[in-house]
Amino acid sequence: MRTKALETLSLCLAGILLAGSGCKKTPTPAPQKKAEAPSGKAAPAPPVKSTAQGEPIKVGAIFAVTGGAANLGGPEAKTAEMFVEKLNGAGGINGRPIQLVIKDSATTPTQAVSLAKQLIEEDKVLAIIGPSTSGETMAIKNICQEGKTILLSCAAAETIVNPVASYVFKTPQKDSDAARRILQTMKDAGITKVGVVTSNDGFGIAGGDQLKALKDEYGITIAAIEAYDAKETDLTGVLTKVKGAEVQAVINWSVVPAQALIAKNMKQIGFNVPLFQSHGFGNIRYVQAGGEATNGTIFPCGRLLVADALPADNPQKKLLVDYKSSYETRYKEDASTFGGHAYDALLLLTEAIKKAGSTDTDKVRDALENLKGVVGTGGIFNLSAADHNGLDQNAFEILTVVDGKFAVYQKK
Amino acid sequence: MRLRIYYPVLATAVLIVLLHLALAYADATYYMTQITMSAYYALVVIGLCLLMGYAGQASLGHAGFFAIGGYTAAVLTTYNLRPYADAPFVSLCRALGLTMQWKDLYGTDILSFTPWAAFGSALLLTGLIALVIGASVIRLKGHYLAMATLGFGLIVYRIALGTPVLGRADGISNVPPFHLLGSLQVNGRAPFRIQNYYLAWVVVLIAMVLALNLVHSRVGRALRSIHENEEAAHSLGVNTYRYKLAVFVLSAIFAAMGGALLTHYSGSIGPAEATVMKSVRYVAIVAVGGMANLWGAMVMGILLNFLSLRGVFGSFDDTVFGAILIMMMIFAPQGLLRVPRLRALGSLVSRRSHA
Amino acid sequence: MNLPQIVEYARSGITVGSIYAIVAIGFNIIYACTGIINFAQGEFLIVGAMTAISLSHVLPLPAAIAGAVLVTALLGGLLEIVFIRPVKNASVLRLIVVTIGLSIVIREAMLHLWGETVRSLPYFTGTAVSTVTILGAGVSLQVFWVLGVSAVIVAALTLFFRFTLTGRAMRACADDRMAARLCGINDRWMVTLSFMLSAGIGALAGCVISPVTQTQYDMGAPLAIKGFTVAIIGGLGNSMGAVAAGLFLGLLEAFVTSQSSAYKEAVSIVVLLLILVFRPSGLFTRSDVSALRTA
Repeated sequence: MRTKALETLSLCLAGILLAGSGCKKTPTPAPQKKAEAPSGKAAPAPPVKSTAQGEPIKVGAIFAVTGGAANLGGPEAKTAEMFVEKLNGAGGINGRPIQLVIKDSATTPTQAVSLAKQLIEEDKVLAIIGPSTSGETMAIKNICQEGKTILLSCAAAETIVNPVASYVFKTPQKDSDAARRILQTMKDAGITKVGVVTSNDGFGIAGGDQLKALKDEYGITIAAIEAYDAKETDLTGVLTKVKGAEVQAVINWSVVPAQALIAKNMKQIGFNVPLFQSHGFGNIRYVQAGGEATNGTIFPCGRLLVADALPADNPQKKLLVDYKSSYETRYKEDASTFGGHAYDALLLLTEAIKKAGSTDTDKVRDALENLKGVVGTGGIFNLSAADHNGLDQNAFEILTVVDGKFAVYQKK
Repeated sequence: MRLRIYYPVLATAVLIVLLHLALAYADATYYMTQITMSAYYALVVIGLCLLMGYAGQASLGHAGFFAIGGYTAAVLTTYNLRPYADAPFVSLCRALGLTMQWKDLYGTDILSFTPWAAFGSALLLTGLIALVIGASVIRLKGHYLAMATLGFGLIVYRIALGTPVLGRADGISNVPPFHLLGSLQVNGRAPFRIQNYYLAWVVVLIAMVLALNLVHSRVGRALRSIHENEEAAHSLGVNTYRYKLAVFVLSAIFAAMGGALLTHYSGSIGPAEATVMKSVRYVAIVAVGGMANLWGAMVMGILLNFLSLRGVFGSFDDTVFGAILIMMMIFAPQGLLRVPRLRALGSLVSRRSHA
Repeated sequence: MNLPQIVEYARSGITVGSIYAIVAIGFNIIYACTGIINFAQGEFLIVGAMTAISLSHVLPLPAAIAGAVLVTALLGGLLEIVFIRPVKNASVLRLIVVTIGLSIVIREAMLHLWGETVRSLPYFTGTAVSTVTILGAGVSLQVFWVLGVSAVIVAALTLFFRFTLTGRAMRACADDRMAARLCGINDRWMVTLSFMLSAGIGALAGCVISPVTQTQYDMGAPLAIKGFTVAIIGGLGNSMGAVAAGLFLGLLEAFVTSQSSAYKEAVSIVVLLLILVFRPSGLFTRSDVSALRTA
């Protein structure tokens, strides 16, 4: 038994050492990358800077800062941090600052479940922003519903808000609306036979399903449909197969970096038909990575990417230009629509709290359901009890790439 | 003499109750959620410790077995059989009481297999797969075995990612709770927190008793002889292949058990559970717990998973496990609790030397 | 399938295959010298490409690539000195596990250093859209760079190991370290050198493929797994075998894609498992040769 005691003691020591070393490693590596390393504890704006004096409103955030969806979670975490800092600097909501607790889910549903339970049961947050991917969101949808905590997901899948769970909302535009805009554009251009390629993740597969479901309404046939892996380094094989089906255009549906390869590889194999992308193409990095080959790509997208080119009377223009310029000055990188999803989630939440005039969960939830005409980065939100997304086809603008830059698509 | 190996089990049981009291006193019973989840991960680690520490076989694919267990449980308890309700096979299962009717949160009626049937199938399936895989790869030596198990894990990951019925990248959510007996159930909801805390610990302790029993039996001695010198053991008539295979299958079943129970507890599973990173993480935990030290592995399995699940490591989660692995291999390949000095201290106090 | 389609699949297979081969060669150098399978090999590629991309903002492209190769080679040597050398009397398995840990730590360090952004080097000649038409199928100019660099690396390595003193000394260490030491060869530095060499080659490979495949912090591991599969199929330590196996796997994947793209990845791993179980010495090595190497 004394051995046991010794063992237990050494175990405890080891545990403390390990826990200590883990914590020591947590500090952020570089100031401008602050949001990339949210520590286990709350990382809100420093209270000193805040002019809001009231009792803080606790809001949780779960983003895939690391792991497979880091390209989504990174900008989302940065945006959320920036949004809250600005809000608190301007006096918070009715004098109360928001205390944002950002957590990294590492793109793992089990981790998201554990973090969601912490946020709900321990931190007792009013709402959770995120997670970044559909899989993680679906894993915590029921937990938030049962825990009576508002969830504002930044993931795209329509199953998140259909069936409607009364506490669960999402900010990205609907896949079906993006599919409709693409199909309509194709119909207008006289295209009837297309090939579809998607990433083999939730986003790509959901998009492929929408296209299949809606194609008949627009009189379009899908001659080939292929999926590829997120970490793919060469897609000419898949594209050769699509080329063999003799299609008039290609639709690619994905959010992963491999999508920039599509344009390159199509040019490389001499597959010269119009390329349509989904709204997941909404990141200028993909254009930079794809180079010259991406010129002429057509895709539906929120107006964030073409904020500067919008007419002055566009209701979204001011907000978009503000968000884009402050994000880009602060983080020295281009804004993406993913960050916009987090922005909209926080925006809807703050509007709802203001409208409810309270931080009672049910009152805020009711207010959320009744928000109308809220101008966000993704479009103009009109929520209702049946529609927990609130965006329609008008949220999308059809864009194209001209000389390595995004521009509004002009029908020829 | 033999009973002595079980004293720590009793001691742990007491500690578990004390921990509960302490958490209740500190009004922090919510920690139990992550302790419970960690306990299920610890099952994988205990199995892997048997395989690596005692049979001397490295596996870089245990996350694959965990995922097979979890996915089987998830698919069978969520796949709606309603459209096939009258098919002969489904009718037979209904007659045998292997199916259940339930409603999800949104009022959809679902006819699925019962969690018990799913749990049994999960263990059986994993056992069979482990048998087939083990039978062919266990003969491989050292790094070839490590590679082969790594390859196996990758295949499981690919299948999870590519198969529509497994939810592809989204995985499976909406997994119902596992009703064990009466009101006893594996259920992640807050009202069941304390019940599940004890349930998970009971499962872990049963696994520990089984493992300790094995290690201290004739089989255990045979295993140690394999580890120390395989050829010598072989020449003395120890059927090394059969023993290694048996431990391989057993450790896979432990992993599947952890996977199935955790899936019911958290209500979902995704392909991230089958990644190489997860497998490497289990290896790192066994290494830090002391390769041939079941108690060390179990405690570390719970401690490190607990910290990780609570997000203590932030975005350095993987880094921490990678660093642990490197440090352990360089400075203490026998494990943190097996550093020679510690062991010498231990043997001064009592009869540890034989272990 | 008509002819241009077959040519296109073949071309895709050859491009991908030569990328795999170049990764596998990196594995082989270290394996031949130490018996270690270096799991951080994939990370060397990404470190190389990332460094080159960062340097290319201030230096012309050739200088940036040269700088990246140098930096990565030094990193490789440093890692060996710090993490591999102190592990005395270690089993090979233990060292392999160390390299697994290293690959994770390097990958996460890159995430914190360079972020999650996808980057790529510019095309060495022409642009993304310039192609050459062969038998009705378009081939990107960069593909010729990949093929050419692979060929040059294989040729240079063969010459190095055959005809230079250092190369011979490294081979001697591989055959019998004790005997090599008795002959006055500094076997420790030979191991360090093998890490530097394979890190440098990895960095070069990373730069050459970057325009085609793009570069992101976590792309190393998937590439390493493919490279490893190829190294095993070709027979560990056998560079020519690696080239043959790389092309074999690349073509196999391309033609599997033509049937079903969903399980393409699983197919290559099934091949790996089959090889491991039935012919662990590789397809292109006589089994008696590798039986000598019992590492």
